[in-house]
Amino acid sequence: MSAAEILVPGKAGEGEALVLTAPISFWGGVDPKTGRIADVRHPQHGEIISSRVLFLPGTIGSSSASAVLMELVHNGRAPAALVLREPDAILLLGLIVAREMGWETPMAVRLAHGAFDAYRGSTVKVADDGAVGVAA
Amino acid sequence: MSLVLNPQEQAIAVGEDGAGMAMRIVAESARLLGAPRLIPIASAHIDGALYHGDSGTLFAERLVEGGARVAVRSTLNVGALDLTGCSRIRLEEPQRGMARRMMEAYRKLGCEQSWTCAPYQAGHRPAQGSDVAWGESNAVVFCNSVLGARTNRYGDFLDIACAITGRAPDYGLHRPENRRARLVFDVSGLSASFLASEIAWPVLGSLYGREVGNSIGVVTGIASHPGEDALKAFGAAAASSGAVGLFHIAGVTPEAPDVETILAGPEPEAEAVIRVTPEMVAKARAALSTAAAAKTIDAVAIGSPHLSQAEFDMLERLIAGRRLAVPIYACTGRHVLASLELDDCRNRLEASGVIIIADTCVVVTPIMPELSDGVLMTNSGKFAHYAPGNTGYAVLYASLADCVESAIAGTPRFTDIAP
Repeated sequence: MSAAEILVPGKAGEGEALVLTAPISFWGGVDPKTGRIADVRHPQHGEIISSRVLFLPGTIGSSSASAVLMELVHNGRAPAALVLREPDAILLLGLIVAREMGWETPMAVRLAHGAFDAYRGSTVKVADDGAVGVAA
Repeated sequence: MSLVLNPQEQAIAVGEDGAGMAMRIVAESARLLGAPRLIPIASAHIDGALYHGDSGTLFAERLVEGGARVAVRSTLNVGALDLTGCSRIRLEEPQRGMARRMMEAYRKLGCEQSWTCAPYQAGHRPAQGSDVAWGESNAVVFCNSVLGARTNRYGDFLDIACAITGRAPDYGLHRPENRRARLVFDVSGLSASFLASEIAWPVLGSLYGREVGNSIGVVTGIASHPGEDALKAFGAAAASSGAVGLFHIAGVTPEAPDVETILAGPEPEAEAVIRVTPEMVAKARAALSTAAAAKTIDAVAIGSPHLSQAEFDMLERLIAGRRLAVPIYACTGRHVLASLELDDCRNRLEASGVIIIADTCVVVTPIMPELSDGVLMTNSGKFAHYAPGNTGYAVLYASLADCVESAIAGTPRFTDIAP
């Protein structure tokens, strides 16, 4: 278990870990309808982020990342939880606004980047208090 | 330091109405960024009215239902439809209807129907040193760098929330100490003929963005002001290839009367000077094309950012009444459209085969025919960056003069300019 800081409160979640090895642009990089990584140059191209615990090393590109994440939430295709190294105000705005709309959103937590690799290949649980751990 | 809201802001934030919702969004973002307070803003430019899916439309309509109105002057960036009827957008129902509802909701919130990514050429020019909340990467970088007004890169939804509250998080580029240059981008090693050419600015912008990422640099080695359209092209390219929100050009932009004034320290560190070589420029120029071997082209697209009147004048001079073999999609705002119609320029261009697009552009909404192996030529660093992913067309980068000659011939024509 790693203690993690809650960046945006939301529903506790559990899912197969998806540890991205490169930063991603959500706009143009993730299909808002399917949750599939559409950026052909991204190392995890073709993976589905929906219902996964998504470990993000960073985001790049367009300021419409928030719109794509909110659309994923609205379509029921959001990740089970988001784990970030740094607060990303543009991306996480998608969760902040979705909460305002009254939609159920996944939790976003902050974890040291070095800790990401330990979760690769595991089913990961993000608890109500933001703690990140391998599911029993 | 944690965020403190003043009593008036607190009172608004507990409201069940649209203003309360907007205030909570601004405050939550401020908390996430570590801003200690909110500051008043003088204006906003809203990028959030471009349709990406139904959720954005529902959000804007919720604000309207909650009685929200913008508190400061707010211009709108491009939408997904051409409301002027200039061009045919291929967006189908039900998306088309939702995109229209979204544009309508932003109008009801009190935003100006500018529908342009170049608001700074449509009369929206905040004063130097004023705080504003602008979205759209090219508009942000122009506002900061060329006008000297202060804004961060405001993402979708936060832009309209700031406009409604008239507030923004006190953070980042709003603070003078964060606006100074940390590195030097020296172009004095390039030929004068290259620096005077039209392609110099978008190509250098693309290189600059890749080299500096999200840090702030000062360009040195520029002898005289290259003109506003050149700075527009530089900033747009830089903000596409990197996360550039502010650049300086010594002797040209308002916060950099000279290098010394704008550099954070007395002398830049040796590794913080990027000496631009002709080889670097040649590579950056080549990287803007993805179809270097193309034998024919299917279309030319210009106008990212939206074309100014001066750029249309140049287009008309270069076409010189000739007939195009493939269309030139010329994207602009309705502020230019009016003057194009006044002197019949629009009719003359359309008679040659130019397709004028207003309120939107070819990379944000489906306009060009769907082709499996289409080739697009452009003089815009920003179009070159986004067209392959967003339109499926491969890209050839060239000057406006070469774009026009290629559109007339239907095959790529290049004039070489040694960097």
